[in-house]
Amino acid sequence: MNTATQVFDDAEKGSSLWHDAWLRLRKNKLAVFGGGVLLFMVVVALLTPWLAPYSYEAQNLDLGATPPSAAHWLGTDIFGRDLLTQIMYGGRISLAVGFIATAVALLIGVTWGAIAGYVGGRVDAVMMRLVDILYALPFMIFIVLLMVVFGRNILLLFLAIGAVEWLTMARIMRSQVQSLRQQEFVEAAVSVGLSPAAIIRKHVVPNALGPIIVYTTLTIPSVMLLEAFLSFLGLGIQPPATSWGLLISYGAETMEEYPWLLIFPGCALTLTLFSLNFLGDGLRDALDVRGSKD
Amino acid sequence: MASAALLAITPHRIGAYVTFWLLLLLLAGCGGGESNVVTGNRDGVLHYGNGAEPQGLDPHVVTGVPENHIIRALFEGLAVKNPITLEPEPGVAERWEFSDEGRVITFHLNPDAKWSNGDQVTAGDYVWSWNRALHPMTGNEYSYMLFPVVNAEAYLKGQITDFSEVGVKALDDTTLEVTLNAPTPYFIQLMDHYSTFAVHPETLLQFGEMTDRYTPWTRVANIVSNGAFKLTEWSLNRRIIVEKSDLYWDRDNVSLNKVVFYPTENVVSEERMFRAEQLHYTQVAPLDKIPAYREMPDSPYVQAPYLGTYYYLINTQRPPVDDVRVRKALSMAVDRDKLVRTVLQETAVPAYSITPPDTLGYYPPKLFDYDPEQARALLAEAGYPNGEGWPGIEILYNTQEAHRKIAVAIQQMWKSELGIDVTISNQEWKVYLDAVSQIDFQVARRGWIGDYVDANNFLDMFITGGGNNNTHFADPVYDDLILYKAPKAATREERYALFTEAETMLMEQMPIIPLYTYTSKHLIHPSVEGMYANLMDSLNLKYVKLIPGRSLPEELR
Amino acid sequence: MLRFILMRVLQALPVIFVVITATFFLVRSAPGGPFDQEKVVIPEVKKALEAQYRLDLPLHEQYFAYLGDLAQGDLGPSFKYPGRSVNEILFSGLPVTAELGLYALMIALIIGVTAGVVASLRPNTAQDYVPMSLAMIGICMPSFLLGPLLVLVFGIWLDWLPITGWGDIPGDKILPALTLGSAYAAYIARLSRAGMLEILSQDYIRTARAKGLPEWRVVTQHALRGGLIPVIAFLGPAFAGLLAGSFVVETIFQIPGLGRFYVQAAFNRDYTMILGTTVFLSSLIVFFNLVSDIIAAWLNPRLRHQLSGGGS
Repeated sequence: MNTATQVFDDAEKGSSLWHDAWLRLRKNKLAVFGGGVLLFMVVVALLTPWLAPYSYEAQNLDLGATPPSAAHWLGTDIFGRDLLTQIMYGGRISLAVGFIATAVALLIGVTWGAIAGYVGGRVDAVMMRLVDILYALPFMIFIVLLMVVFGRNILLLFLAIGAVEWLTMARIMRSQVQSLRQQEFVEAAVSVGLSPAAIIRKHVVPNALGPIIVYTTLTIPSVMLLEAFLSFLGLGIQPPATSWGLLISYGAETMEEYPWLLIFPGCALTLTLFSLNFLGDGLRDALDVRGSKD
Repeated sequence: MASAALLAITPHRIGAYVTFWLLLLLLAGCGGGESNVVTGNRDGVLHYGNGAEPQGLDPHVVTGVPENHIIRALFEGLAVKNPITLEPEPGVAERWEFSDEGRVITFHLNPDAKWSNGDQVTAGDYVWSWNRALHPMTGNEYSYMLFPVVNAEAYLKGQITDFSEVGVKALDDTTLEVTLNAPTPYFIQLMDHYSTFAVHPETLLQFGEMTDRYTPWTRVANIVSNGAFKLTEWSLNRRIIVEKSDLYWDRDNVSLNKVVFYPTENVVSEERMFRAEQLHYTQVAPLDKIPAYREMPDSPYVQAPYLGTYYYLINTQRPPVDDVRVRKALSMAVDRDKLVRTVLQETAVPAYSITPPDTLGYYPPKLFDYDPEQARALLAEAGYPNGEGWPGIEILYNTQEAHRKIAVAIQQMWKSELGIDVTISNQEWKVYLDAVSQIDFQVARRGWIGDYVDANNFLDMFITGGGNNNTHFADPVYDDLILYKAPKAATREERYALFTEAETMLMEQMPIIPLYTYTSKHLIHPSVEGMYANLMDSLNLKYVKLIPGRSLPEELR
Repeated sequence: MLRFILMRVLQALPVIFVVITATFFLVRSAPGGPFDQEKVVIPEVKKALEAQYRLDLPLHEQYFAYLGDLAQGDLGPSFKYPGRSVNEILFSGLPVTAELGLYALMIALIIGVTAGVVASLRPNTAQDYVPMSLAMIGICMPSFLLGPLLVLVFGIWLDWLPITGWGDIPGDKILPALTLGSAYAAYIARLSRAGMLEILSQDYIRTARAKGLPEWRVVTQHALRGGLIPVIAFLGPAFAGLLAGSFVVETIFQIPGLGRFYVQAAFNRDYTMILGTTVFLSSLIVFFNLVSDIIAAWLNPRLRHQLSGGGS
């Protein structure tokens, strides 16, 4: 009976925490705007095969690169392909790589860093030295080998990028947890006899959420750009498939001749990242437990 | 509290320091000053975009184009190429004569030819150097350049170990006698290739064995060379400076005082350096900027045909391209004119065979044309009418923007003309090389740049089991034509007729899809004279002059 | 503290050893070798080449031979640049890249911390949005875009600054350092804003404010040291990442640094060069991670100490 009430209480407390956060988030206009834009991007990406005005691989070599016009709202690239279509299809890859690889990084990094930081001692030392080792391995060779051994697979690319990005996440999480662990409320929880898993879940992770959310919003763009860099070196996605990062890297080469090839993909990426950023900040503020005590 | 003070103050200190430093540099930068080109024109210094950091400067060790430019400034061969006609003219040898129906060549060395330490360049130096170039331990990747010489190949492969059996003798200090397996019309040309150059034996032995690859003998302080220029600075990945040599036999005809070579890896940066007058000459020009350059009056853009062919290799043993009709259909479905006009911005010439046109008067046969009708008919005949039942095909290329553009365009041409499914796959350079050498692909991109101006250099790739064949193409009749009949041809006409016959056989089997002939593309500052466009993109710095007072077209400034 | 540092240094040795071993075998299992070229190499020549570089020995013997050389500080000859040792190439490129990295990091810290702290003082106002939006631009602009763009604007159109080189013409270090530093500035701004917000809501800051301390003293003396912990945790890997990531900037600006060798060695299968740069870089990463951990640990106990001290 007693335990049942406790569980019930916990559940209610949990739901009200998220509910309060949601209310606070809704009041933040910029965050709502950011969320709206992101939602729009995701919907467009999902519906691209039906929405796109042209086929993404159909070329018109004789047309070549043309500035925006009535037929091609954002112009065409050097193969005479419609840029709007390219950006829409590129968004699918970029958003997918951004979210999936970041989710992988988040999951591994937060768990790893939280355990290392909380348990400390020998476990911490071994876990963090493993992170050091992975940091130091030559990334390029690692990717080449992955591609050669497992073949070219877009999912693999997501995993490979995620597998690299979690390292910094783990370090940040660990340092957060270490500093939190020494704080009074955590020590109090320990003295009350809560299990380490419960302490991490209830006290440590919620309090470390701020930097984690911020770092997550930083990881997404860096993952997108890493994908562009790898694709540019030929280790990423295969043409004619494309991504925003790749479109920008091609556009950067001809910025003087065909500026629209750089500007429009650049705008798409920038808009997404800004929205993400506003949403991330809004989330951080909304979830800030101590901030809400005032 | 010391720690707090540290944290509180240090950022400000660093901030103030950096702000000060940035401002200082910014102000200094604003001063402007003269460009490289202006000072260079006054002092006779050529600023040369060289494309990449050379691997090294040892003529028997390195391979590659950037190395070639620097080595040929520092060293000189027995004969050099005239930059306009490409015909041989005197280098270290002031003359040479043929005997025994062209099998024996006697080089008479110029007694004024000197090493940069004052020693005379002797015939003995050549014998020693060719021993080094051909010695199996040296690992000279261009050793095959000397294979026309009697027993050279056997010596490299370790079948004979006594170098005196190889057909090169020093009759005295200035007379070198070379005996060839068969008359080789292009042999004199090879004397301008760095793998046949002489090195200074005493200098090399000072730092190690004859066959050592990695001694410091090519460093500024150590190197002894015999060319028009000598090495004065070599900063890794930064620049290499050579200075006019006052011991060079033809020094009176050398106009430049210095040449600065820059490892300009990034094409876009190189073009911008040119625009900012930091370079007189660029190794290439960015494709997308070429149309704008072409339109300028007195354009600094110079384009010329280049002895190289861009083609797709086909694995003739892997379905569906094991069927010659499929190979022909693929080749005929490529609109080369359109490819050259659009993707390549007219910087190439459509090719319908492997040998570039006008290779010393030789023109390859043109046996087919862009013909989508016939391509579809051939494909239907092979069992894939309108692409039905097509198992799919993959084009392999090494990761590079230029190759990607071509592969994407051809993928689309095949898809739309033939209705077949085509994927393209890029691989990192070494992975690609591995796949090509093991013939583990269906269609793969390939380029071949001639080592010397002769159709043989293109056609002997496709002999049975040839190292650069990479297609499983094998035909004993073809081998016989290239290896035995052509070398024995009495006249040039007869020889070229045999080449045409072989090339016709090749294109009827279509183990490769020729796409285009390369061009050389440079930006050259108007103040530079004596840089002649030619088929080998061969530059002799001895002919180059700088005329001060000329500037870039208005459009660039 | 001394014990902590000593322990970590001792732990670093096996880390580096594992990295070397893993890299050695990883690199060898990649397809293609250092002597593969477009024009095929005659088999006899290739054999001679492999013999000169000990590649004909069984792999484990090569490994032990390499370790033996390494113990004597010899990283071996470069395959790609015959006549140069890996040591020589590293030491020619290192000062340049380190200098570039240092300037970039300094620019990143100044811009980033300033923007982040300023933004955190008045969250969700213009004082927050403007600096943070500017910092965001740094993230959206990858160096392969920002570099050429800066060159175009400042080098070609305005003609204020040199466009290539390193230490040749006064001012030629500005654009590369700015290009490399801007992305990190954005990261640092975001991290320091979040860290500061975290700390500014803590009780001891409120106590300090209640005591009537001026706001700037609250920030510089009390908040900064705790608020910058996430930045410091990020700095360790960031500095090592700067060195590896300088490849693009070095290529665009023709800078004779280490980044170009690091990336190209992988593509050239220049085994000794890959290993040499990895050994070097891993030591550096371990070192910088150690330093950032030490700083974080050093800030932490005091935080706790101050927390109890300030409360009483």
